[in-house]
Amino acid sequence: MIDVIDLKKSFGSLEVLRGINATINKGDIVCIIGPSGSGKSTFLRCLNCMEDPTDGKIMFHNVNLADMSVDINVHRRKMGMVFQQFNLFNNKTVIQNIMLAPVHIGLSDLRRAKLHNTFLPLTNIFRKNKQNKVEITTTKQKIVSEAREHALELLRRIGLEDKANVYPSTLSGGQKQRVAIVRALAMNPEVMLFDEPTSALDPEMVGEVLDLMKQLALEGMTMVCVTHEMGFAREVGSRILFMDGGTILEENNPKDFFANPQHQRTKEFLSKVL
Amino acid sequence: MKNKAENAKSGVLKKIITAAIIILIAAVIIALLASNADFMKKVNKFFDVLINSKGYIRVLTGLKNTVIIAVVGLIIGIVIGTLIATIRVIPKYKTLPRVLNSICSVYVGFFRGTPMVVQLLLFYYVMLPLLGINMSGVNVSIIVFGLNSGAYISEMMRAGIQSVDPGQMEAGRAVGLSFATTMMKIVIPQAIKNILPTLGNEFIALIKETSVVSFVGAADLYVAFNMIGTNSYEFMVPYLAMAIIYIAIIMLISFGIKMMERGLRRSDRRN
Repeated sequence: MIDVIDLKKSFGSLEVLRGINATINKGDIVCIIGPSGSGKSTFLRCLNCMEDPTDGKIMFHNVNLADMSVDINVHRRKMGMVFQQFNLFNNKTVIQNIMLAPVHIGLSDLRRAKLHNTFLPLTNIFRKNKQNKVEITTTKQKIVSEAREHALELLRRIGLEDKANVYPSTLSGGQKQRVAIVRALAMNPEVMLFDEPTSALDPEMVGEVLDLMKQLALEGMTMVCVTHEMGFAREVGSRILFMDGGTILEENNPKDFFANPQHQRTKEFLSKVL
Repeated sequence: MKNKAENAKSGVLKKIITAAIIILIAAVIIALLASNADFMKKVNKFFDVLINSKGYIRVLTGLKNTVIIAVVGLIIGIVIGTLIATIRVIPKYKTLPRVLNSICSVYVGFFRGTPMVVQLLLFYYVMLPLLGINMSGVNVSIIVFGLNSGAYISEMMRAGIQSVDPGQMEAGRAVGLSFATTMMKIVIPQAIKNILPTLGNEFIALIKETSVVSFVGAADLYVAFNMIGTNSYEFMVPYLAMAIIYIAIIMLISFGIKMMERGLRRSDRRN
């Protein structure tokens, strides 16, 4: 689904990624591990162009996201992202956090369709191939109520439906991260990107977030996960990428990766963290 | 729980005591002034012009103009200021944001670098004749106040936007919202909450600065009381009354801002 071809990224003179090639197929659960400063977060953030790559290609459904002329917002809707610091919208309640993007995008699509239909007789005068009206099957109220329904369903799933109308400042870290995950899920993404989702959490709360991620994995969600949770990587991951110094040093299935690391650097790293 | 109730009680007590002291001081001053026959004569003269010679109509028009200029100016200022601040925080990889950015810095430089009076005079006596437009003093004042406060508010707003966690913008972009949408729905509301006290200051400054609009022939509070003074050949009481009205307006505004802040804080409260 995602093909990364010779991806390079530098911040000024600091070269963070030095040519990365990777493929992420549908249903893959790719865990990226490696020491600090190895470029794993930057790599993940390049996947949905939160950082614009300096060089190379990111092919998502055969569209090169690194190309600046591509409307990145359309493609980001299909890639959910979860941050280390949760980044819930502080000025919105929990349910508004979840509903915001679906409602906004639904409404702006509806507005565009209506505008298109209104000016169609006018614009068709200048067209050789006359266009037809776009069929409008939904209404404003319907979009909002559907988004609310979906958001409540997601909240029920993580057991937080009673928190729907509180502000994020009242939630615990684990609750915030779970809300952040379902906020990304509300767009029905095809792939989820996790940027160290449990690193800012109390040890006690790590479990609830990892459980939710495991559930997602079991449902067949494609996931790319930068993590320091070796247990999670071993148990859930379908592939492990080990990064250091801006390159992928080793790529293997979890069983072989942990039992029989090939690269010297990988052995060193694993002996320290396990 | 008990502690909280006691605290609240002592807070109310404090307020009552403060109010009592203020009233007492005011009463003493009034009593002293009232015992002065010369002063009372002046007061009578003032009220005579105010009521019998229809001076109150002038005062009300002045009050109306002052408030309109400040309020509409502030609204224009917030719109312009937010726009400029947004332009200034756009990442500058491309040419267009860079050009816009330098235009904005020239704009801000001009309006912060010249006094309000100079801007009013330039607009009224230079710009309008050159463009051949006829415009009333009040309208000119509204526009100039809007442009001027826009320059100041843009700097406040920029500080406000930069005080919002960059993660908020990232999260908005990550769910597929555009830069502009994220700015409007997520970042700017939080920025405004952060800068509301300074924004209140700006509003108060605008109210007070309206006293210079008589330079372009707009009738504000100053013009009204000055007129009463001229009619009664006596300026002491009218100017005193003018000061009291300004203070009253500004106290009202401060109270309003406090209420608004309380409302916007809702999302910080843990309950």
